Amino acid sequence: MSNALNLETLTLAEARAAVVEGRTSAAALTMEHYERIATIDTHVHSYLALTQERALAQAEKIDAAVKAGGQLGPLAGVPVGIKDVLATRGTVTTAGSKILEGYKPPYDATAVLKLEAAGAIVLGKLNCDEFAMGSSNENSAYGPVMNPKAPGHVPGGSSGGSAASVAAGLCVASLGTDTGGSIRQPAAFCDVVGVLPTYGRVSRFGLIAFASSLDRIGPFTKNVADAATMLEVLAGPDPLDATSSTTAPQSYTAELAKPVSGLRIGIPEEYFGEGLNDDIRAAIEKSLDALREQGCELVKISLPHTKYAVPTYYVIATAEASANLSRFDGVRFGHRSAHSETLSAMYKNSREEGFGPEVKRRILLGTYVLSAGYYDAYYRKAQQVRALLTQDFLAAFHKVDAIVCPVTPSPPFKFGEKTDDPVQMYLEDIFSVAASLAGICGMSVPCGYTRDNLPIGVQVLGKHFDEATMLRVGAAIEAARKAS
Amino acid sequence: MADTHTAENQTAGVSEQDVRHVANLANLELTDQELPRMVRDLNSILNYIAELNQLDTAAVAPMAQVGEMLGLTPDGAGNTLRPDVVRPSVDRAAVMAAAPETDGRFFKVPKVIER
Repeated sequence: MSNALNLETLTLAEARAAVVEGRTSAAALTMEHYERIATIDTHVHSYLALTQERALAQAEKIDAAVKAGGQLGPLAGVPVGIKDVLATRGTVTTAGSKILEGYKPPYDATAVLKLEAAGAIVLGKLNCDEFAMGSSNENSAYGPVMNPKAPGHVPGGSSGGSAASVAAGLCVASLGTDTGGSIRQPAAFCDVVGVLPTYGRVSRFGLIAFASSLDRIGPFTKNVADAATMLEVLAGPDPLDATSSTTAPQSYTAELAKPVSGLRIGIPEEYFGEGLNDDIRAAIEKSLDALREQGCELVKISLPHTKYAVPTYYVIATAEASANLSRFDGVRFGHRSAHSETLSAMYKNSREEGFGPEVKRRILLGTYVLSAGYYDAYYRKAQQVRALLTQDFLAAFHKVDAIVCPVTPSPPFKFGEKTDDPVQMYLEDIFSVAASLAGICGMSVPCGYTRDNLPIGVQVLGKHFDEATMLRVGAAIEAARKAS
Repeated sequence: MADTHTAENQTAGVSEQDVRHVANLANLELTDQELPRMVRDLNSILNYIAELNQLDTAAVAPMAQVGEMLGLTPDGAGNTLRPDVVRPSVDRAAVMAAAPETDGRFFKVPKVIER
């Protein structure tokens, strides 16, 4: 087969144009991706399951629509991958856990249906840390994902498969989820764009819940314009998710064309302190220079409660996880232990056999902080600090239109480097969890490489429901880098 | 900082027995190999979490989710509830297809009542 399109660099806009203009067919593009997956993904290990039948049926529909000259959606013919925490009807959905091995949900997540309604082709389900708990993908029960842009290093987590598959050209775009940094950090590690929409912007229906007040679904793409297209498809209210917002979504793709000149960009001093890798600092400063050159005003700001974000997060996220994961009990779906003589033994043995160590650790911590006598000291306290962290951002956004800072303090690390000490691993989230707790939007944009050639991402944070401004800033950083 | 020190002592330090108790509440049956590591890890994490005690939050209202802070929703709590009307749900056969043990109508579990 002649391979006119370079899948590794193929963008969403290019893929759609090639299909719509008849330079390739959706079916051919889909098969080319499956062929590439068959050769490369044995090494990357980004896919847990392929949905070939569903993909080809959808491709056929798109090709028929192209031929008929009908209206085509904004994602027509675009092959995408879906993080395995999102339900896909009739297709195995494991959340990276043994407890859901072989589980086929009876319904689709709203986000998946929206992508397909816009013409996207779902290639398969992407590997992730078990129940999205992790920062390196080493917690997947099905083995870790490799970082295609940094051999020997972790792809980040928990949406490691979503980031790596886009980086390796194994799909054009993907869906991930972010509870404390799980989209932004792997995007930074794998040299792709990752967007965390405002809490409530994208329906969570069909997302296997980790921490319901924090979980968000967002896209991974090869550039910022593609992310805007994806978000435009995903955004909007859903009667099946009571926390989805009725605030009207902005027109992200149209807004992207506006210049950034005149925007006030906040630089939070707490994100540039000791412990920040020198090469990352230099790359972020270069991005800030580029924004200044395009007419942005750089403003020093303070987010004084930043150092409390990680401990606050690990109380709230684990408390909610302990409640959410109580549904895995061997009764209605998932693994049931063969040793189930009594109901109590069935619960305990099914959970003991089905959950991995990090999930158990978080369930135990979450149960502890909610237990009698400790609720006020831990959970209530953390909810109060969460309010302070959110007020930090609300105050800052009176002075600035967006915030620019690092995604992580250090570049991608090696496998096994942080697995022995959970606190070390949790500190990986130090620059990402505050935005998660505050519910604001954020994104990671590739902005350079370390002296060892490891990818660096810059984080752009935006006001609640102002993804448009955030994306404009991200696009300006991207454009300046391409021009240099 | 004598105060902080007291607070840390008060909130940190879980024993094997504490972890067993919590595991029981969470319906987890830890193995003898898992238990010491969990005790070590939980103490390490709780020590770190104790940093929150440095903050005086007496006057701060707790925040469950951001929607209530922004006050953008009709109920003010961050929720938009759909009308309470009967609508089609997932088909029973499709749900039961995923059950570990079923007679097609109900989920089967081990005997609950001893006699």
